[in-house]
Amino acid sequence: MTMLATPHPVSRRPATQRLLLVALLLLAIAAPALIYPVALMKVLCFALFACAFNLLLGYVGLLSFGHAAFFGWASYVTAHAAKVWGWPPELAILLGTAAATGLGVVFGGLAIRRQGIYFAMVTLALAQMLFFVALEASFTHGEDGIQGVPRGMFLGFIDLGQPYVMYYFVLAIFLLGFGLIYRVIHSPFGQVLQAIRENEPRAISLGYRVDQYKLVAFTLSAGLAGLAGSTKALVFQIASLTDVEWQTSGEVVLMTLIGGVGTAFGPVVGAAIWVFIETYLSEFGSWVTVIQGVVFVIVVLTFRRGVVGELSALLRKRGK
Amino acid sequence: MATFFGVPYPALFGQLLLGLINGAFYAMLSLGLAVIFGLLNIINFAHGALYMMGAFAAWLLLSQLGIGYWPALVLSPLIIGLFGILLERTLVHRIYKLDPLYGLLLTFGLALIIEGVFRNYYGVSGQSYDAIPDLLRGGVNLGFMFLPLYRGWVIVASLIICFATWYAIERTRLGAYLRAATENPALVQAFGINVPRMITLTYALGVALAALAGVLAAPILHVTPIMGSNIIIVVFAVVVIGGMGSIMGAVVSGFGLGIIEGLTKVFWPEASNTVIFVIMAIVLLIRPAGLFGRA
Repeated sequence: MTMLATPHPVSRRPATQRLLLVALLLLAIAAPALIYPVALMKVLCFALFACAFNLLLGYVGLLSFGHAAFFGWASYVTAHAAKVWGWPPELAILLGTAAATGLGVVFGGLAIRRQGIYFAMVTLALAQMLFFVALEASFTHGEDGIQGVPRGMFLGFIDLGQPYVMYYFVLAIFLLGFGLIYRVIHSPFGQVLQAIRENEPRAISLGYRVDQYKLVAFTLSAGLAGLAGSTKALVFQIASLTDVEWQTSGEVVLMTLIGGVGTAFGPVVGAAIWVFIETYLSEFGSWVTVIQGVVFVIVVLTFRRGVVGELSALLRKRGK
Repeated sequence: MATFFGVPYPALFGQLLLGLINGAFYAMLSLGLAVIFGLLNIINFAHGALYMMGAFAAWLLLSQLGIGYWPALVLSPLIIGLFGILLERTLVHRIYKLDPLYGLLLTFGLALIIEGVFRNYYGVSGQSYDAIPDLLRGGVNLGFMFLPLYRGWVIVASLIICFATWYAIERTRLGAYLRAATENPALVQAFGINVPRMITLTYALGVALAALAGVLAAPILHVTPIMGSNIIIVVFAVVVIGGMGSIMGAVVSGFGLGIIEGLTKVFWPEASNTVIFVIMAIVLLIRPAGLFGRA
């Protein structure tokens, strides 16, 4: 059984696809003229986070309920390196990403020993363990988090303190991560991942070392989630317990579901929608959790393909 | 004072008792999860939230209606069980034909809604439920430690509940239907048994078990909206360690891990929050299917 109605290979309409990509890119470049850059950067960080998560759920069929561990811990490591050790931003981000990748190898190695529902529970439990470690460790500063993280000078001469400069820096990182995921999905490796999602016993009988594929995908997903978390630490200049909480793991699941599991652009759209909802509903305070729950229920019951999935299904129907 | 590896006996046994009590809650909750998973094939993420609702129901019965502990012990599981039937009939039953992961996501959403609503009305600080009946007040000196009667009661009651559940499922006719439907629902339906209704009642039973655990916990722990999400992730780890194959497995691993957690609190307090997760990782390395699980 697979998580979702089979997503249609996006490469089916290369011309439309490329046009869409260019339009989106132009939009992303022009966006800070219209929207507050910090909000946009938040969208980009969570979009990358959701894309990394989607690589696992959408293309291998593995539901990780612990991705906050990678996001949050990368955020802590980057914040610590930049603030306490005074590392330049590019190295701090690299270190955070490397830490998340390392965690990904360990967690992935443990979690892929179980399937389906158990996989989700194992990742959730492991992430909760790291939440408690973050709570007790001294360098994370408990409830306060690591505050006042300097954005620093990229490559020694580009001042990331300027909001616009920072925005394009984050955009570049996002495009890098998104491009990597896009390449992976459309590579032979990605095809094998999808074969595992569709029918794991079959993939095994065809001679693929399924566990190795899963582990590589998991590690990649963890590392990219870490890249998103590291970047987030510099954008908001803080790393805190919120980033490692299970609620954050739930949020990334929600974003991916809203946008469309197993679609390349779905998580980006989902992240934008969710950040928008969260920002504009913040006046309702703690009701945001309830709204999040309601959205979960509605999406699972009636809208499983998500925004992008539904749209492309509609387009294909028209095309016939 | 007599000590055990430098730890005074009263402290050691005190933590052991706390561990046993936590273990009792782990056992009852993982039992409910296992029963629901067996027939519905979904992991009920809302289990923690329903446990919290059970505790809140007891507290509300007392503070709003003046209804005491003993009636609450029956009423609260009944009320929450009915709520479970409502959930199953309106929402949960829609996803049986889908991948089990959707069940996890749906019930996760339900947990967020329930917890969020309670947090809005009652905050996170928590209410104290001081309704221990006279019969269970005070304690006895066992010579090596002082045992508060209520805590002893929780352990005994949870053992009885676990045994009763085991008996009902393994030794009664209804339990036989349940096990048969777990194996092959279509065949059981063909024999004229109303499987959909059985599924609804099974969900209600699992939910009622969670609520019962909530009532038992209410006088000891603070009744707070977040008590459910605190415990459910640990219970998931317990379930991964024990496997959901057998009822006895759920009970033994629940109590066992509670005790280990209690002992860790004595010897290495900083690790007590994480020890169960570490054990889970070790079990995954050595016996991926879980201690009592069938691969």
